[in-house]
Amino acid sequence: MSILVYTESEEGKYKKIAQEAVSFARGIADKMDMSVTAVAINGGDASELEKCGANKVLQVKDDALKNFNAAAYADVLAQAAKKEEAKVVVVSSSANAKFLAPLLAVNLDAGYVPNVSELPESTSPFKVKHSVFTNKAFATTEIKTDIKVVGLAKNAYGVHENHADATIEDFAPELSSDDYNVETVSVDKATDKVTIADAEIVVSGGRGLKGPENWDMIEEMADILGAATACSKPVSDMGWRPHSEHVGQTGKPVASNLYIAIGISGAIQHLAGINASKTKVVINNDPEAPFFKAADYGIVGDAFEVVPKLNEKLKEFKAQNA
Amino acid sequence: MKILVCISHVPDTTSKINFTDGDSKFDTNGVQFVINPNDEFGLTRAMWFKEKQGATVHVVNVGGAETEPTLRKALAIGADEAIRVDAPATDGFSVAKQLANVVKEGGYDLVIGGRESIDYNGGMVPGMVAKLTGANFINTCIGLEIDGTTATATREIDGGKETLRAELPLVIGGQKGLVEESDLRIPNMRGIMQARKKPLNVKEAVDANAETEAVHFAKPAPKGDVKLVETVDELVDLLHNEAKVI
Ligand SMILES: Cc1cc2nc3c(=O)[nH]c(=O)nc-3n(C[C@H](O)[C@H](O)[C@H](O)COP(=O)(O)OP(=O)(O)OC[C@H]3O[C@@H](n4cnc5c(N)ncnc54)[C@H](O)[C@@H]3O)c2cc1C
Ligand SMILES: Nc1ncnc2c1ncn2[C@@H]1O[C@H](COP(=O)(O)O)[C@@H](O)[C@H]1O
Repeated sequence: MSILVYTESEEGKYKKIAQEAVSFARGIADKMDMSVTAVAINGGDASELEKCGANKVLQVKDDALKNFNAAAYADVLAQAAKKEEAKVVVVSSSANAKFLAPLLAVNLDAGYVPNVSELPESTSPFKVKHSVFTNKAFATTEIKTDIKVVGLAKNAYGVHENHADATIEDFAPELSSDDYNVETVSVDKATDKVTIADAEIVVSGGRGLKGPENWDMIEEMADILGAATACSKPVSDMGWRPHSEHVGQTGKPVASNLYIAIGISGAIQHLAGINASKTKVVINNDPEAPFFKAADYGIVGDAFEVVPKLNEKLKEFKAQNA
Repeated sequence: MKILVCISHVPDTTSKINFTDGDSKFDTNGVQFVINPNDEFGLTRAMWFKEKQGATVHVVNVGGAETEPTLRKALAIGADEAIRVDAPATDGFSVAKQLANVVKEGGYDLVIGGRESIDYNGGMVPGMVAKLTGANFINTCIGLEIDGTTATATREIDGGKETLRAELPLVIGGQKGLVEESDLRIPNMRGIMQARKKPLNVKEAVDANAETEAVHFAKPAPKGDVKLVETVDELVDLLHNEAKVI
């Protein structure tokens, strides 16, 4: 019996979330005395999964699966789960994983819990802790079915190196034409920018920055830190920044290691989107701004003075610590 | 075209989140419930189809009688008919089973749900309904056009978007982008009056076992006070040596 894990890759390279998911699967497998089987659809170098504790890698190589396809990918995973007698299937919290997980769960008659932040509290009964109410609380939920699907929360567990020697096996699932009923017409993705979903650091600006012309210093900070840029809702509503950067209850969730908020007041709807971020820094000229209550570090000051100085200091720091 | 919009009844975004009964239940005391924001975007897009292309729009909720004001609000926004499946919304799977039954009996061409409910953040009900009814499924929809029996949807992905095409029947998980916030409709007096006369049918539940059960809730540990610093040098030092994030 095994713990199955869906490993995501892009252009033949595993994503960090693939390694996190394998690490997490390894953790569950150790608690249940099982092995870890990774499923890689047109994946990368298997040693990257081995390193995190995969005992077996099922490699699916199929040009028809070049683009992500939730129905077909879910079928691949379901067939792999049956073949491997999987008791738990681990997926990430990427948009694609969340797309396929409910299909997979129904296919396997498995109970599914997303946004899981820690290893199961117990494995019999199987109980996991996961975030609810948009990170304002946690729930502990029991999954009662024989097979379980678990979605690992973003940036919650990390990559743990735990080498296993993996056997690598080619796997050719039987897919039907129904698996291709949803057709990809086009994909539009900026490949040169760090995305909010993947970023370890996010630099975010609010209405306090006065206008789109003042975003150079935000972009500069993001460049220095290898960070993604983000913004508050009014900023994207006014068209200062693209909608894809809007963070919060009605925008994107951020679960980065570091979130730097500049000229953002810290309204509850904004904070709802960033609760899962680990360290929060606020730069705001109003000491009464609610963000200071939610932040770990703060500077009370004018962004137009503080940010250029901070950028200089960060450049110096990066040069020394390169 | 027959459209079904799935409406989840959730606490307003500004609600204080508390638990009762030994932290085993969400405390609804003083909480204002609303249409799940993702569903409101979907409902508004459904009204657009109704007005521009011709469609009947039904709304459905799986829940107790306390959710009826939320369904009435959906009627006031313009839905033609509401259905409440009289079953507790125990978990995503049991809700999906109830909804799948409504979808099969009603013969809907398009089922619009939300990317997730903002209470339990399951993000699973629409996908499960699709799989249970054999319909196509597209999640995180930020745009939807229907031409005859073919749907073209724009979907948000991490770091971009993609365009997908599928035949009806289709289930979507929708979000902002299906329509913009400025397109949302606040029910007017006439809408509210009409809503009182529109049918709200209570439907008996079918057998559906929950597969998961939330047994305990907790709030995150209270955060320590913010550390205010005077200089950027101090900040960089703390981020490197204390928080270890750079
Ligand atoms: C249903 C609903 C959903 C919402 N969803 C979201 C959401 O998802 N995300 C979101 O962000 N908002 C959301 N909002 C809006 C939210 O309530 C706030 O209005 C918004 O977050 C405020 O954005 P802001 O902080 O950029 O602007 P403001 O509130 O105007 O704050 C600007 C801040 O900049 C500071 N400032 C001004 N000048 C300077 C300077 N020179 N240097 C440093 N600081 C300066 C000010 O002190 C102030 O604190 C939602 C609202 C509703 C009703
Ligand atoms: N009790 C319910 N009744 C009707 N629709 C629901 C219910 N719960 C969830 N949904 C629909 O499924 C979507 C996703 O919900 P969830 O899987 O709970 O995050 C919601 O946005 C609704 O469209």
